[in-house]
Amino acid sequence: MSNMIATRDAYGEVLAELGAENGDVVVLDADLSGSTKTSSFAKKFPERFFNMGIAEANMVGTAAGLAASGKIPFASTFAIFAVGRAWEQVRQSVAYPKANVKIVATHSGVTVGEDGGSHQSVEDIAIMRAVPNMTVIVPADGVETKKAIRAAAAYNGPVYVRLGRNKVPTLFDDSYEFAIGKGCQLRDGSDLTFVATGLMTAQAVAAAEILAGVGVSARVVHIPTVKPIDEELILAAARETGAIVTAEEHSVIGGLGGAVAELLGERCPVLLKRVGVQDRFGTSGKAEDLLKYFGLMPENLVEAAKELLGKK
Amino acid sequence: MKDKIARLQEKARKLRIDIVRTLHRSKSGHTGGSLSVIDMLTVLYYHKMRHDPANPKWAQRDRLVLSKGHAAPAQYVALADCGYFPKEDLQMLRQLGGHLQGHPDSKGTPGVEVCTGSLGQGLSMAVGMALGLSLDKSSNRVYAVLGDGELQEGQIWEAAMSAAHYRLDNLCILIDANGLQIDGEVAKVMNVESIGDKFRAFGCHVLEIDGHDIAAIVAALDEAEQVKGKPTAVVARTVKGKGVSFFENKASYHGVTPSDEELPRALQCLGDCCD
Repeated sequence: MSNMIATRDAYGEVLAELGAENGDVVVLDADLSGSTKTSSFAKKFPERFFNMGIAEANMVGTAAGLAASGKIPFASTFAIFAVGRAWEQVRQSVAYPKANVKIVATHSGVTVGEDGGSHQSVEDIAIMRAVPNMTVIVPADGVETKKAIRAAAAYNGPVYVRLGRNKVPTLFDDSYEFAIGKGCQLRDGSDLTFVATGLMTAQAVAAAEILAGVGVSARVVHIPTVKPIDEELILAAARETGAIVTAEEHSVIGGLGGAVAELLGERCPVLLKRVGVQDRFGTSGKAEDLLKYFGLMPENLVEAAKELLGKK
Repeated sequence: MKDKIARLQEKARKLRIDIVRTLHRSKSGHTGGSLSVIDMLTVLYYHKMRHDPANPKWAQRDRLVLSKGHAAPAQYVALADCGYFPKEDLQMLRQLGGHLQGHPDSKGTPGVEVCTGSLGQGLSMAVGMALGLSLDKSSNRVYAVLGDGELQEGQIWEAAMSAAHYRLDNLCILIDANGLQIDGEVAKVMNVESIGDKFRAFGCHVLEIDGHDIAAIVAALDEAEQVKGKPTAVVARTVKGKGVSFFENKASYHGVTPSDEELPRALQCLGDCCD
């Protein structure tokens, strides 16, 4: 957990690598290339980089056209614009034809920080998850981001990758094997399981440490692919620990918590608590303060765990 | 060339008959806009475009994006007639189990490049295709067919801006300007004129033609091929429902199909007396 890197920075690095390896990789941005880090690709491969200006709908449609020409387009902007502004283009031009387009959105969740609620996407996982043909990936750190982007490039079809603005702890090393649709257990435990995604996975690991100190054995399951979700890993955790706390930097409606609730409700009802943004918009502030404000800290996860254990 | 024009005119007449018969059978679909755009599609599929019905994914093909996807019947009858799929498939237009969806779907229909029909989105995809062909140093061209009502969608202008910005001279935009949309006259619902001035201001080479004059369509597409450094927009003035007198210029025939009673009269208008 020593080094810290923002997932968007890892994205910029791996895009430049992919650009060198595969001449079919093209990148589009909507006037945010410095922020999304697609600028690193643009500098190396200017002929394969298309700045579409502040016009996300056209960016997504153009990406679909490039895919129809056999290219592997990565289209990037902030999550709120990629999923919000361009939702119907993502649905009609990308997902419906199963176009080989990768929508890689940065600045997701409340940790966008100072820009405030207008720019903090807390519903994008839910929206993308509901679209047929769409794969939804939320990496936890820089290492996983690079592997996920490579997996997305190798996969033929639409993928939504959700990245963040701020530096997050590195959880994985290079030996980690990422596969679309596969989760991973980061820590074993028998009393309950944290099922987490994105930057909340590190919070869940920290929460499990705290709980270990008071004699509670918490499993930590990381779910990078929210769709298709790793059902067997989550069902096993439910059966074996009997209580699940989900954790995401996203609304508790329709995201990871929603997906887990759907799964458990149908196949293995156990005690469940969804930690996330409680059906409200974000607000301006420093990222670390906002994590506290919205109850996304390890202490909040500990509290949720204790609540469930009290019901056991 | 005169013979060629006459042959294309005759082909367009026959395709109109196919449109009317297909829509009468399906009892669902868009008649007016299919009849207004068919002359342009005829010139594209039977004269201008390099394509191979036996090999729909041929790398050296020109591309057509029917952004006004509700005119799908016009594209379908042309594709079937060219041999992309059996003409019998037309009987399953809009039916469960058929591949001819209400709006063009590239997943199931050979010869359809992308999914269109949600208005405003096709030009962006055409821009992406043109960029892709440029990257591949291909000499192939992209034709995007738009409706005039569709120009009310803001995304069209985002796409037009980007087409000119990236100097896509391999892109030709055809606007089927029939002047009508579902709720009535385009000029009254939300005026889009001057279409030509708008595309010119956005950086396109602009041509204005009679969209039912086969020779004019051929000439416009020839001229578009010679334009360098910018896309061409052909504003084709057309008549909604063209060819069937009692459909012509009627917004009410936007999404209505010929009834049993109307079919023989419609076919008679098109010179098809065999029914």
